[in-house]
Amino acid sequence: MIVAAKRTSVGARQAMRVAFQAALVIAVVALFYGAFVNAADHLARANIASGFRFWNNTAGFDISQTLIAYSPSTSTFGRAFWVGLLNTLLVAALGIVLATVLGFTIGIARLSPNWLVARLAGAYVELIRNVPLLLQLLFWYNAVLKALPELRQSLVLPGGTLLNNRGLFLPAPLLKPGFGAVVAALVVGVVAAYVLHLWAGRRQERTGAQPRILWPVLGLICGLPLVVFALAGFPLSFSVPQMGRFNVIGGLEVLPEFAALLLALSIYTAAFIAEVVRAGILAVAPGQTEAAQALGLRSGLTLRLIVIPQAMRVIVPPLTSQYLNLIKNSSLAVAIGYPDLVQVFAGSVLNITGQAVEVIAITMAVYLAISLVTSLLMNLYGRRTALVER
Amino acid sequence: MQKGQIMKRVATALAFVTLLTYSAQAAESPTLKAVKARGELNCGANGQLAGFGMPDPQGNWTGFDVDFCRAVAAAIFNDATKVKFVPLTAANRFTALQSGEVDVLARNTTWTMSRNTTLGIDFAAVNFYDGQGFMVHKELKVSSALELNGAAVCVQQGTTTELNLADYFRSHNMTLKTVTFATVDEASKAYDTGRCDAFTTDSSGLYGVRLQLGKPDDNIVLPEIISKEPLSPAVRQGDDMWENVVRWTHHAMLDAEEFGVTKNNIDQQLKSANPEIRRLLGVEGQFGQSIGLTNDWAYRIIKLVGNYGEVFDRNVGQGSPLKIARGLNALWTKGGLQYGLPVR
Repeated sequence: MIVAAKRTSVGARQAMRVAFQAALVIAVVALFYGAFVNAADHLARANIASGFRFWNNTAGFDISQTLIAYSPSTSTFGRAFWVGLLNTLLVAALGIVLATVLGFTIGIARLSPNWLVARLAGAYVELIRNVPLLLQLLFWYNAVLKALPELRQSLVLPGGTLLNNRGLFLPAPLLKPGFGAVVAALVVGVVAAYVLHLWAGRRQERTGAQPRILWPVLGLICGLPLVVFALAGFPLSFSVPQMGRFNVIGGLEVLPEFAALLLALSIYTAAFIAEVVRAGILAVAPGQTEAAQALGLRSGLTLRLIVIPQAMRVIVPPLTSQYLNLIKNSSLAVAIGYPDLVQVFAGSVLNITGQAVEVIAITMAVYLAISLVTSLLMNLYGRRTALVER
Repeated sequence: MQKGQIMKRVATALAFVTLLTYSAQAAESPTLKAVKARGELNCGANGQLAGFGMPDPQGNWTGFDVDFCRAVAAAIFNDATKVKFVPLTAANRFTALQSGEVDVLARNTTWTMSRNTTLGIDFAAVNFYDGQGFMVHKELKVSSALELNGAAVCVQQGTTTELNLADYFRSHNMTLKTVTFATVDEASKAYDTGRCDAFTTDSSGLYGVRLQLGKPDDNIVLPEIISKEPLSPAVRQGDDMWENVVRWTHHAMLDAEEFGVTKNNIDQQLKSANPEIRRLLGVEGQFGQSIGLTNDWAYRIIKLVGNYGEVFDRNVGQGSPLKIARGLNALWTKGGLQYGLPVR
């Protein structure tokens, strides 16, 4: 005898699904809430201060590199947080730029038909990828410090630049009033040069002739600001670094810690980016290259106009991951004393206030925010290079 | 009364007394109970400071603070080796104590108001009165800290040292460049390579750090002491009996030095007629029980570790490479600040 199986209706199954999901959400929220209340209760019972009132207390400690005004006697812990955050963003931004340039170069070099270039690039990638970043960072820091001369025997470079193991001291530009006009002229020049470039492209599409715009572009970008500079009375002077009794006085200081961290991060991440780029290029169908060569394009042009734009589709997602790795790896600055967010906030501020839970929570939230913003921007760019499916 | 009634009364009295003593012991400190159950004391130590807390080349921990923890262990277990030393940096030392990872923090930590009130820890007793000083390269020809205007100074992050440094330079209208590091080792190595002109930490630490530099004689310690640094072992708040154990360990060592009781003569001193010595060593009185230990708690400390003077001498004093003078740490009878509280 065949008995028809009892089946629940579609509506009932849908209701069950919603009910389970609602129950799960409630459970997760209850878990987090319970953890939060538990921690707050334990902290209160152990007489450990909690809350965010420490944000407005005087910091009292000095920071060796501050991109904004900061004084140990009047600045607050909140100010110290911003100083640390800006230092992190600075090294992360410069690191991303350097790593990308180096990574693309090495990645393309590894695919070069020149045997030596390809092998050297391969050796670079294999060596750098397999040594832990912390060791590389310590190597660069000690190598940079030991190689540079002591303060009394500073290398004097042209322009009054001093180089020693305390840092690179560049002449600092002192902007006088009227420099704003030069900046405005530069902006106008760049915009005008871009417009000229667009016009030249359209002209080429219509008539096939390539208008020579190199000199006009140079004139707009460099000449215009220079003219305005001269007209405004040369509103720029330099603070040249001088040797003081203990230290260099004046000038713009680039810390050796900053240089070592930037070097280590760029070189390490470039090795990974090189492999990502190589994978992207290999992913482009070889027929594209053959067709380009059949049309008479040289290999440089083929790479630039045909292969790389198509490879970007494959390169952008893993490239985003490498950028996020670089940003998070910058927290290794604490090993060499570069005052980034972790060193200043999760190090000095945490120990002086003793409020570990709040400080670490803020630091984690900040890194999360930076990473989310970076991946959002990269995804927007990725969407532009994505294949448009019919 | 009949024999049965007497027996009943004696039995009731005995039961009552047993209950009393049992309940007296049951009101024990949770930390002390945990330490006894574990069989060893967890002690937060420095790990990198010569003379205070550092493992020697064979891996045995030695130092002034290390000996303090050994004294506490001796008082509890009658065995000064039942200690586990946890090396802590300035950044994680308080978290380790707050979370229960260590029972006592003996890591040359300064007793300050904010640490006492906002971290949930108590300081048991000042076992070393110290102050912050500077060490500079001899070739700079600096003879006073007031000449350090514009200098680069290496310092360990997250310490009172960092704060005092900024205060000192500000109050004397001098500019300063700080280079901070997570540990004393990194800071002193950077100072050694010439990255900084000066190195600052507690004056007792300066002598220890100087010994470990490449050329110790090329560095001098400046005479200025720019702050008060009362170094004190710390415990968690809320466990008063445990705090008493740690506090009275220190005072027992001070009292022993004051009365002339040393590691070598302690067995003869047991027969002394001096009532203070008799109370200290447990020949009279029940003071050990009042802190959850046996009555010979102080005897164990002095016999296995030594009195304050002996511990000072062999770790940081004349019997050690540091050769730090007693100075403020002399007994009150010799003009110093170490004042042993009476055991009575």
